[in-house]
Amino acid sequence: MSVIKIENLTVQYNGEEDKALDGISLEINKGEFVAILGAHGAGKTTLCLSLNGIVPNMISADMYGKLEVLGEIPPKIPVRQLAAKVGSIFDNPEFQMSQLTVFEEVALGLQNLGVDKETIEKNITESLKLVGLEGFEERSPFEISGGQQQRLAMASALAMKPEILILDEPTSNLDPIGKEEVFSVTRKLNQEEGLTVIIAEHEVEVISEFADQVVFLEKGKIIEKGTPSEIFPTIVERQELVGVRVPQVTELAYNKKENFNSIPVTLDEAVREFKE
Amino acid sequence: MTTLKVENLKHIYPNGVVAVNGVNVEINQGEQISVVGQNGSGKTTLVKHWNGLLKPTDGKVYVGDLDTHDHSVNILARTVGYVFQNPNHQIFAASVKDELEFGLKNIGLDEDEINSRVNKIASDFGLTDFLDINPYRLGFSLRKSVGMASIIAMEPDVIILDEPTTGQDYLGIKAIRTSIKKLKEQGKTVIVVSHDMPLVAEDTNRVLVMCDTELIFDGTPSKLFSTDDILKRTNLLPPQVTSFMHKVGKSNSESSILSVSDAINKL
Repeated sequence: MSVIKIENLTVQYNGEEDKALDGISLEINKGEFVAILGAHGAGKTTLCLSLNGIVPNMISADMYGKLEVLGEIPPKIPVRQLAAKVGSIFDNPEFQMSQLTVFEEVALGLQNLGVDKETIEKNITESLKLVGLEGFEERSPFEISGGQQQRLAMASALAMKPEILILDEPTSNLDPIGKEEVFSVTRKLNQEEGLTVIIAEHEVEVISEFADQVVFLEKGKIIEKGTPSEIFPTIVERQELVGVRVPQVTELAYNKKENFNSIPVTLDEAVREFKE
Repeated sequence: MTTLKVENLKHIYPNGVVAVNGVNVEINQGEQISVVGQNGSGKTTLVKHWNGLLKPTDGKVYVGDLDTHDHSVNILARTVGYVFQNPNHQIFAASVKDELEFGLKNIGLDEDEINSRVNKIASDFGLTDFLDINPYRLGFSLRKSVGMASIIAMEPDVIILDEPTTGQDYLGIKAIRTSIKKLKEQGKTVIVVSHDMPLVAEDTNRVLVMCDTELIFDGTPSKLFSTDDILKRTNLLPPQVTSFMHKVGKSNSESSILSVSDAINKL
């Protein structure tokens, strides 16, 4: 069942010559884990911001084509209303924090929607548990680690019980522990809670393990889409052109085909497919 | 030629937090060093002592013959350049050209020398077309290049790069790694604070691992990636190809394969 349908979508920011998105078409099914890859300026953030309605409702732009998210047309409904169904996480968690305690931070979105007190408390407890932050309720959002802040941002989104989670480079400012925390929570939400996940990310080794579908953007156009196994081996020779690296084991196997039964995209696969 | 020396360094921040505790290390001219560890381990605090941005609470830090305790940043900066992780913390001039000139004027170079250095560094970093533009109109990668170029133009013996590849895409990372290689060829000491393990593995030859305020490892990347207890304690993950070669028994416990091209040669 598709939850996102995009047909021939074009987005152009006011006053800019180039289109940020240039006629893209994409369908995403419920429960899928989709990674958006591409160089800086390829259109990854614009795609994320179009799906939650921030473009064009808060950042003005011209938008053409068809865009449907959970049966809604994002430009036509208030961003706040869509946020209850589509949770968004950005690269700088600190910018998303505004409250004195973790509890209040998570409560904010729900209060804005006028949810009753009991439901708010129940949802907060559940969502903090999902991201592994139970017991942090009274802490200040500004005194916890970057990984914890990013998981807090995820809890705030989750408290609204969204069906889709959009993450725009959520780990680019985190250290290795923080990255691991965010990726493992994201994977749990996808696999155990059935959330549809759309993530723009540079960590291709991790993406290869998690993603059902990778979408490569270049200058606002989709140039490749498919499973990591379908796509990564085909771009080994075009990494520079595409502006995206392939997993190291993929590059190794591609250059040493005689040592591998097939071209792997993950470490485990590489070990399995290796032959002397 | 500048040797950096750290003797029993202890740093306590005004709020009482101990950030570095009892570190000893000596770095020779021309080494490529990476400093790794989790956020809060003390790595940035350690490196900020090398250009005098921070002064020891206890112990000594020497830049060549200079005791950093007795010299200010603007003297030490002629020898040790520090490139901030976030270029916005560093850039303040109204044009790229002004930004590149600023440090050069500070160290008292004449106009001809300034012009020639600005033109050369701009061309090295692909900034020639942007000299008259406000740095804040540039994208993040280019702004980061401006931050790096303005320090390198001063030609310090030692260059410290704080998280140079964070938030960069493939081409941005490639450009930064190329400039590190160039600095190496020029005999500069390069000190990189980074979580980027392929960079640590391929572009540096000595790794300092900080953990809970202490220096717990000082050795080659190859040794580090074969030392499981250090990796576990610090949550460091070797480059994927390094792990692969260990797993299939193509590298021994003493030395690791550090890059895809090394692995290709080895198989």
